[in-house]
Amino acid sequence: MSMSFQLDGEDIAFTPGQTIMQAAKAAGVYIPHLCWHPDFPAHGSCKLCTVKLIGPHGGRFGSACTMEAQAGAMVENRTAELDDKRRTLLQMLFAEGNHFCPSCEKSGNCVLQATAYELKMMSPHFDMFYPDRPVDASHPDVLLDFNRCIMCSLCVTASREVDGKNVFGMGGRGLLGRKVHINSESGRLGDTDFAVTDRAAHICPVGVILPKRKGFAVPIGERQYDKAPISAQVKESA
Amino acid sequence: MNAPMNAAPVAARKLRVATTSLAGCFGCHMSFLDIDERILKLIELVEFDRSPLTDIKHCGPCDIGLIEGGLCNAENVHVLREFRKNCKILIAVGACAINGGLPAQRNHLDLRDILEEVYQTEAGVTDGIIPNDPELPLPLNKVHPIHEVVKVDYFLPGCPPPADAIWKLLTDLLAGRTPSLGHGLLHYD
Repeated sequence: MSMSFQLDGEDIAFTPGQTIMQAAKAAGVYIPHLCWHPDFPAHGSCKLCTVKLIGPHGGRFGSACTMEAQAGAMVENRTAELDDKRRTLLQMLFAEGNHFCPSCEKSGNCVLQATAYELKMMSPHFDMFYPDRPVDASHPDVLLDFNRCIMCSLCVTASREVDGKNVFGMGGRGLLGRKVHINSESGRLGDTDFAVTDRAAHICPVGVILPKRKGFAVPIGERQYDKAPISAQVKESA
Repeated sequence: MNAPMNAAPVAARKLRVATTSLAGCFGCHMSFLDIDERILKLIELVEFDRSPLTDIKHCGPCDIGLIEGGLCNAENVHVLREFRKNCKILIAVGACAINGGLPAQRNHLDLRDILEEVYQTEAGVTDGIIPNDPELPLPLNKVHPIHEVVKVDYFLPGCPPPADAIWKLLTDLLAGRTPSLGHGLLHYD
């Protein structure tokens, strides 16, 4: 007999060891997330996937990407309470980076933007930081625009685990100090063995790691999240 | 408690709407005009106060104020405060009003460096001086979104917001509903 738990009142089947996120994804149910990717171990840092356990050990919040599913558990996901908290997390991300969608070639394919649409984020709410984050155009095939980085560390994991190259690393402290570093003497991507065919070149959920010369091959308005909200696409891919 | 209980129903009066472009490109106003013939329906319901459409220079008491653009100079701040003082509902329209937008991409640069490069040191410029006339509003060190200076009631993202989104927002407000944009109308780009 397969085991199940309840997510917003809906039965979700799972196999032992699966996280709430993995089981929900397999069932075609969307839990908002940014740093989680089905191909990699959970990082649990963005907290967008925070869900609420309401029974039998109720009242606890936890990350759906790291919490294992438990038979009979009752979990809240898309409640006003949780979506309000998620929207606030998004607003903090938008305020602490430089997210100018109109001039970003990832617009329409961006998970951060699509998640903000999903959660009806109408403004950044907070005072903007406008940090100074220089771009790195040194690589012949890939542009790095750190203005949009949300520190999900997917590039770090992909480069290390899949490409075996270790091109990226996280370092520094504080909101303005912490950033992704490039593993080369000069600190520039052009001086690494990074290639546009690397998995890490195509893992960025936002507009930081961009293959050059194909920015607007698909026009604005016809892109992935222009077609349907991100929540609807989980169901389609399940 | 103090309202007269036997007051006659208020005759439907036109709502007064003011609009302005601060550090914007007037693209949001152009998109507003893209509501096309619906503007005929709109002017049955609203009348315009200060706006580039009327050329009225100062904002009187209004029901709705639409602000395009962020704050890049001192005059922008004065105009914004005039709108906030006079408008019951203030709406940030477009990316620049909401997060500074394109003008805010100067924010990581030093203002004096920018002025010197543009007016004095850029290739092709000879004997340039940085404009410093008392009539020119002083630029701010950084460009700011309007919610950093006044309370904003509603936000309408987009660069520009599509005409259909502007129409949806206005008709929601005129009907007394909380404005709500669904998929396809809520866009940051």
